[in-house]
Amino acid sequence: MRAGALPKLLLSPSVLLVLVCVYGYIMFTIYLSFTSSTLMPSYEWAGTASYQRLFAQENWRIALSNLWVFASLYIGVAVVLGLGFAILIDQHIRAEGAFRSIFLYPMALSFIVTGTAWKWLLDPGVGLEHTMHNIGWESFAFGWIKDSDMAIYCVVIAAVWQTTGFVMALFLAGLRGVDAEQISAARVDGARTWQIYLHIIIPQLGPVFVSAFVILAHMAIKSYDLVIALTNGGPGRSTWLPSVFMYQYSFTRNEMSVGAASAVMMLAAIGLVVLPYLFSEMLKLKNG
Amino acid sequence: MRRKLIATVLAGVFGFAGTSFAADNSVEVLHWWTSGGEAAALNVLKGNLEKQGIKWNDMPVAGGGGEAAMTAVRARVTAGNPPTAVQMLGFDITDWGKQGVVADLNDVASKEGWDKTVPAALQKFSKYNGKWIASPVNVHSTNWVWANKEVLAKAGVTSEPKTWDEFMAAAQKVQKAGFIALAHGGQPWQDATLFDGVAISTGGVDYYRKALIDLDQKTINSPTTEKVFQRMSQLRKLVDKDFSGRDWNVASGMVISGKAGFQMMGDWAKGEFINAKKVPGKDFLCFRTPGTQGVVSFNSDQFVMFKVGADKSAAQAKLASAIMDPGFQSAFNVVKGSVPARTDVPDTAFDACGKKGMKDLAEANKNNTLVGSMAHGHAVPASIKNAIYDVVTRHFNGQLDDKKAVAALAAAVKQ
Amino acid sequence: MADRRSTGFGADRIFLYAVLLCLALLFLLPVYVMVCNSVKPLDEIRGGNLMALPIVWTIEPWLTAWSTAQIGVQPTGLRPYFLNSFLLVVPAVAISTLIGALNGYILTQFRFRGANLLFAAMLFSVFIPFQIVLIPMAKTLGILGLAGTVKGLVFVNVVYGIGFTTLFFRNYYAAFPHELIRSARMDGADFFGVLFRILLPSSGPIIVVTVIWQFTNIWNEFLFGASFSDYSSFPITVALNNLVNSSTGVKEYNVHFAGAFIAAVPTLVVYLISGKYFVRGLMAGSVKG
Repeated sequence: MRAGALPKLLLSPSVLLVLVCVYGYIMFTIYLSFTSSTLMPSYEWAGTASYQRLFAQENWRIALSNLWVFASLYIGVAVVLGLGFAILIDQHIRAEGAFRSIFLYPMALSFIVTGTAWKWLLDPGVGLEHTMHNIGWESFAFGWIKDSDMAIYCVVIAAVWQTTGFVMALFLAGLRGVDAEQISAARVDGARTWQIYLHIIIPQLGPVFVSAFVILAHMAIKSYDLVIALTNGGPGRSTWLPSVFMYQYSFTRNEMSVGAASAVMMLAAIGLVVLPYLFSEMLKLKNG
Repeated sequence: MRRKLIATVLAGVFGFAGTSFAADNSVEVLHWWTSGGEAAALNVLKGNLEKQGIKWNDMPVAGGGGEAAMTAVRARVTAGNPPTAVQMLGFDITDWGKQGVVADLNDVASKEGWDKTVPAALQKFSKYNGKWIASPVNVHSTNWVWANKEVLAKAGVTSEPKTWDEFMAAAQKVQKAGFIALAHGGQPWQDATLFDGVAISTGGVDYYRKALIDLDQKTINSPTTEKVFQRMSQLRKLVDKDFSGRDWNVASGMVISGKAGFQMMGDWAKGEFINAKKVPGKDFLCFRTPGTQGVVSFNSDQFVMFKVGADKSAAQAKLASAIMDPGFQSAFNVVKGSVPARTDVPDTAFDACGKKGMKDLAEANKNNTLVGSMAHGHAVPASIKNAIYDVVTRHFNGQLDDKKAVAALAAAVKQ
Repeated sequence: MADRRSTGFGADRIFLYAVLLCLALLFLLPVYVMVCNSVKPLDEIRGGNLMALPIVWTIEPWLTAWSTAQIGVQPTGLRPYFLNSFLLVVPAVAISTLIGALNGYILTQFRFRGANLLFAAMLFSVFIPFQIVLIPMAKTLGILGLAGTVKGLVFVNVVYGIGFTTLFFRNYYAAFPHELIRSARMDGADFFGVLFRILLPSSGPIIVVTVIWQFTNIWNEFLFGASFSDYSSFPITVALNNLVNSSTGVKEYNVHFAGAFIAAVPTLVVYLISGKYFVRGLMAGSVKG
């Protein structure tokens, strides 16, 4: 039905808030990135100096390459595991509720909690490696968290553990929404279970894959607390992500304009990835 | 009609008087001393203020030596409701002074004679543009070594090493005896703390000043710097394989429990030993980083006073004064492991290491060998400090060789 | 699979249960470590094996974390900050859920120019990193006079919840049967009538999804909690951080773990109670694009 004044009026507070507190602040950050802000915002124009400084930072290169590794592994593994768990649970098992709760509960924990628990488990001196040595498996080595090259994978492990359950819930809902008749028809034709999943069910889960991707990408971008709690960016700077870079340069290193420049780069990257999805959403809406 | 008018005027006058002259007898203090001894020590200050009728509103934000706290301060100042006082270190204080949002403590300072009792090297940070803006609580120094006496005895080390070579020889003896030579936590600031001591030990206080405070390119690009990095590489061979990311107090624990022989750490480490009921001289030794006796590289926790409304300034002034009270300075620093920021506090309550610390400080103050610690924000501003951290930690983790590290350091300080 | 009613005990099923059990144990490992070590005395943790069951069971760490642990200058434990978090989370979740429902309703049941663009704009807002927001929001809160108050924190969390809550409700209402709404309108229901008498009563599942999502995110949120609060309003995440991340002193790991658990109890309870409605809610159309 055509919108009168009332709906538009009631929508406008949200629109206004988002306009100011999201897009307005983004504009502010973009402006900051062209200034020479240090401790606090300064409004003196400084051209592209901050961007030049940004690209010259080894820390930024590390952060970007880590993001690539982290995001692709995190999203990939969480989707595969989430789908896998959902399929397993979908098999009409008893105690479905219990299993589902066990996979889902990590999402309820804050990153400080997750990071602390995993930091312990992964520490070779007190965690898994130490335990394995204690029970006699001397050659077991799992000191990734202390290794500059491998530490980022520890962040992946903790992050995957935290969100796989949620992805599983998304897929479980999707699986249960698939048209039952298609499945019965395929069964009548003699298809085996795995064939049914592969050829009928999974292809219909397209929208779920997209939702999962959006949610996981959003968490990958925002994963500051988890990294800090787990490795504090270390060893050295080897687990820095752009979110860590942004925080450190804006607030700890008193180089706010460089931090703002990194934020602009991050938003641009997010935009590149997410906008196509948003456009397709809008097209779908237009076409009914 | 006239009575009503008078009543209204009187009400207005008293009401007005009531709101504008009602002093707020509370202070809000933002800090990161959230555990054990230090929190207890700060509690002493709280108690002292309460005796004067001032309420202490605590705003603790722990983590990373103040990282999260500094972020919170930015938000608070931007929002226009800064805390009354904020714990801060070194150049951060100067940076905030530049923003023009800090209070002027000259009245209290001149009444109590702070100019005469606080070392000049500290005043550099406590004042901005000639005005006192912060009350220093303590002076920590970073060029200390802590050693487990029993481990040293078992390894055959008979005396405190005084030179670098003696130290390396002693460390190797400890390693051969099956202990960890150097208990260290591989976090950038800890690597940088080692760097401070090694730089002074290798090039002396003049080198340290020129390279790490004045940032003179020629001094940095010199063979001395390469030697500093070479010595850092030597230290790298003395740590155990799990050093990466370890917290400093866990490293202290290794020395306390007899797993390791030495730790190079600031004198806040002493608090760990005291908490574990160890006695200086009997269970553990404290001596200056070999080659640095006579020089003190310091960092000082100060409470910066922010501009608050007129109703809060009286309480703020009392807070500033209470921090500088000699009795409080003694009580706090005995617990914290540091020495008082005032040079006129008697050392009777301090243990052997504390007394040594105070003596060294007075001496360094007199001889102008009291220098700000680079690793703790008292030599260069935050952006340069962190750039130096990047180089030092990459070198320590084997990602840069000694020569490349020198070049990287020279590039890092050019901003 | 929708039509299989298999309850047999064939090799397949045993394998399935075995796999699920292994995975479940793996998932429980970190929590097991936390809980197990939170009831050990400190020297047992230091000396021993973190995976081993306690030799001496003690509830001290939990009591300490709750009421006597050092959070700041005073040893108050986490207890006072629990209330602060509730005062923040309950209004914030209620308000943002309502806003989400309202927005979802408007965006799906009314046609107007730019509706799709507005929705896309709201959706994109979920990606904004909070560090960007810190300084400008501080200024905004200062101007609004909300700095350092619980109301200010509620405001901030509501604003950044608009994206997701609108998404959840909008997708749910998009799949809502048109006939019900049409007939209600023909019976004379006005704007609010349709919302409160037709849509909201049938929105159980998606309300659960939204409440769980928002409750978890807001309860566990740290950056805003530390930066926009003052001494009287900071939430439990800040207190937990103070407990766990102290820079000095003996690290009482058992107290840390107990504290982390205490801080997580409300969200865990929310999840456990409403877990099955969560999946149902996701099923009911929110997922289909």
